[in-house]
Amino acid sequence: MRLFKNTNIPFVGMRKITYTISIILILASLVGLVVRGLNWSIDFSSGVAAKVDLKAVDSAVEPVSIDELRNVLKVNGYPEAEIQHVGDVSAGTFMIKIKSRATEDAISNHTRIQIMQIISENFPQHVAGRDINRDVIEEIYEVGPKVGGELRTNSLLAVGIALVLMIIYIWFRFELIFGVMAIVALAHDVLIIIGVFALTGKEITIQIIAALLTIVGYSINDTIVIFDRVREDLKIRRKEPLEQVMNFSLNETLSRTVVTSGTTFITTLSLYLFGGQVLNDFAMAMCLGVIIGTYSSVFIASNLVVDVTKATHKEKQTAQHLNKRR
Amino acid sequence: MKKFSWRGLSIIIFICVTAFYLAPLAIPNLPEWWAKNKLKLGLDLKGGMQILLEVDTSALSTADARGAVDQNIKIIRERIDQFGVAEPSIQKLGENRIMVQLPGVSDFEAAENLIKQTAMLEFKVVAQPDEAKRVLDQIDSNITANLENFPALAELDKQDKEIMADSDSLGLDETQSGVFSSLVRPGEMDYEVQYDSVRLMQELLADSLFHQMVPAGWQISLEKADATNIRADRILHVLSSAVELSGADLARAKMEYGSSTSTDPRTANKPYVSIEMKREGARKFERVTADNIGKRLAIVLDNVVYSAPNIQERIAGGRAQITGRFTSSEANELAIVLNTGNLIAPITPASTSIIGATLGSDSIKSGSMAGIIGLAVVMLFMLVYYKVGGLLTDFALVFNVGFILAMLTAFGGTLTLPGIAGMILTIGMAVDANVLVFERIREELDTGKTARSAVDAGYNRAAVTVWDANITTLIAAAVLYQFGSGPIRGFAITLAIGIIGSMFCALVFVRSLFDTFVLTGTKKTLSI
Repeated sequence: MRLFKNTNIPFVGMRKITYTISIILILASLVGLVVRGLNWSIDFSSGVAAKVDLKAVDSAVEPVSIDELRNVLKVNGYPEAEIQHVGDVSAGTFMIKIKSRATEDAISNHTRIQIMQIISENFPQHVAGRDINRDVIEEIYEVGPKVGGELRTNSLLAVGIALVLMIIYIWFRFELIFGVMAIVALAHDVLIIIGVFALTGKEITIQIIAALLTIVGYSINDTIVIFDRVREDLKIRRKEPLEQVMNFSLNETLSRTVVTSGTTFITTLSLYLFGGQVLNDFAMAMCLGVIIGTYSSVFIASNLVVDVTKATHKEKQTAQHLNKRR
Repeated sequence: MKKFSWRGLSIIIFICVTAFYLAPLAIPNLPEWWAKNKLKLGLDLKGGMQILLEVDTSALSTADARGAVDQNIKIIRERIDQFGVAEPSIQKLGENRIMVQLPGVSDFEAAENLIKQTAMLEFKVVAQPDEAKRVLDQIDSNITANLENFPALAELDKQDKEIMADSDSLGLDETQSGVFSSLVRPGEMDYEVQYDSVRLMQELLADSLFHQMVPAGWQISLEKADATNIRADRILHVLSSAVELSGADLARAKMEYGSSTSTDPRTANKPYVSIEMKREGARKFERVTADNIGKRLAIVLDNVVYSAPNIQERIAGGRAQITGRFTSSEANELAIVLNTGNLIAPITPASTSIIGATLGSDSIKSGSMAGIIGLAVVMLFMLVYYKVGGLLTDFALVFNVGFILAMLTAFGGTLTLPGIAGMILTIGMAVDANVLVFERIREELDTGKTARSAVDAGYNRAAVTVWDANITTLIAAAVLYQFGSGPIRGFAITLAIGIIGSMFCALVFVRSLFDTFVLTGTKKTLSI
């Protein structure tokens, strides 16, 4: 079975359109980032996040409403608490987030213990019959400002260093221009996904950072497979203009691109559909990332190489120029 | 096998190693040395508690500081072992941080207190009622004179004056006593602080400026809160600041339970801690009790009074009991902390996370469900799309998942939720190397090559691409491992293992299967 055989889709010819699409997406992301900003999770800022299951064992007990919970916390000194339903409303599970008010580096378990006390005192019927530590609390995170800030710096540093080293490797194996454009395409992918998170107001958690890193790895993988083919074809088709060679390579690798993206997408989709609550945002970021990463490898990275090479070198020399190393 | 081949050998090693590390997951009753190499589940899957502690070594010299962190780790490990947690993990992170992971723990507060408790045990003589009154009056007038140093008290004082100003009767516009004594009221034997004022009092006691207000030779301390009634008033003691006996004089401590028939109301049917002093400590104790008959001796732990029994007679032998409003777990913790000694340098928790067991098991269920469904669909697709090649890839995929789990076990890693997600992704990406090769073989077949030479050419050409693509990802994984922390690190390990495994599977494993089972004889066609 074959999906694509001897295709000749004008990928390079379509670049004006795809550049426009990308620019619109990036602008939208930037607007989102500037206007709404990123919603960093407690991991990266500081404070307490608690997930509590208040579904009563006794089904006759009225379920807790979100306003009721908010009110109870407000009365007891936490008016700034953010409360959300987790999953279905009938699940009776809530996420309570309190951004830290403390300025010192260390956390005190004071806030956490108080919240647990407030809940067990105000919702006795809902807690009844269950161990508060084991069954009512699903998870609690408490992060001091120092650790949160450090985590953010370290994660950004790690991503930055990874990108630079990848440019160097690609430079060593190909040509600098390929490396730089591969990274431009990566930045494009990451920016758009972060933009989606900014616009939807979804939280940036450690898991989302992990997803972004995977997308980086996946997208660079995709781009390099295409570049590898371009490198090979440039040797065989020395006489042809760069655009034509590039387009030929893109068509040659199309089948592989679609199959690999397809299988990766299937797994991320299954993660999104069946992976449960906790992995939901992670899987969403991954699904988006696979689509955008594939798109940028085919339409952005390679086309940018064509355009930048054309702008910096005379047409005739282009193929040889990119070929000089091997 | 016809002749020795490195490829064959590497495959055998690969399968053996994978089987060795996966066996404990599948087979119960393995011998101990084998079964202990079992894949550990991360806290997010198992439930439990994780605390990141920061060790404050600023007061120590550089050489001492290095030792202090290790010493602290040792003490914390001892405490946790005595507390009875299965498979705790206590690691040093960076220069002065300690990561403590306690899987399966559900009494979070107790565990946290146990770890960070400093347990500075001191025995101090309680002031006589007239002495105590004098000390408190002195503090009161000192504070009234320096009210500007205590903004919280100044605020209270202002409110008091406003209330008094409303009064019609003459002479009441000046309050009788200072604002400090309004927080304290005389109780049966000692003083009491109302629940609403406890926090303010605790802040004062932690304030070094306040300590200057207390007359020399004396100190004031709160009594331990009643665990069963958090809103209860707290007793305030005035103590002589001389340390009569300290934790260093202790030989051992043990949690005990008073018998219900005991005549002593402090221990009857209640948990308490019995302590036994060293020889020298016993002598000191004897002297203190002899000198202070009729007075009370306070047992002070971390500046909190646990109990202040009357000294009725001279006590020799160096045995004593710490009673107080203990729950049995509190008494147990105290005994552990007294036994393991003090932390060398103070620690403060910098972050904690607690994951309920229910969430963890739900995550495993849905995570593996997603993995199995994803794997099944991808395998089916590969089979339909590449036929024989797909079948071989499917074998390789299953081995690859096994290999990742085996290597995680071998390196002592833990399987976390991001790790499961990483593995599911690896399933998607692991087929990539095979796809590259198969697409290349198809192209070569299109040019009219025989099956064998098409496979050879396909592998040789695609191998370059596979290496280039995977090395870049491997670079990313290495950097993440080096600079990332905690969960990011775990993810990087899974990613790196996945990349290496999938490359091996594609370039060696599947290739061998091709050579051995598909390319037999001089067949011209290849179903791919």
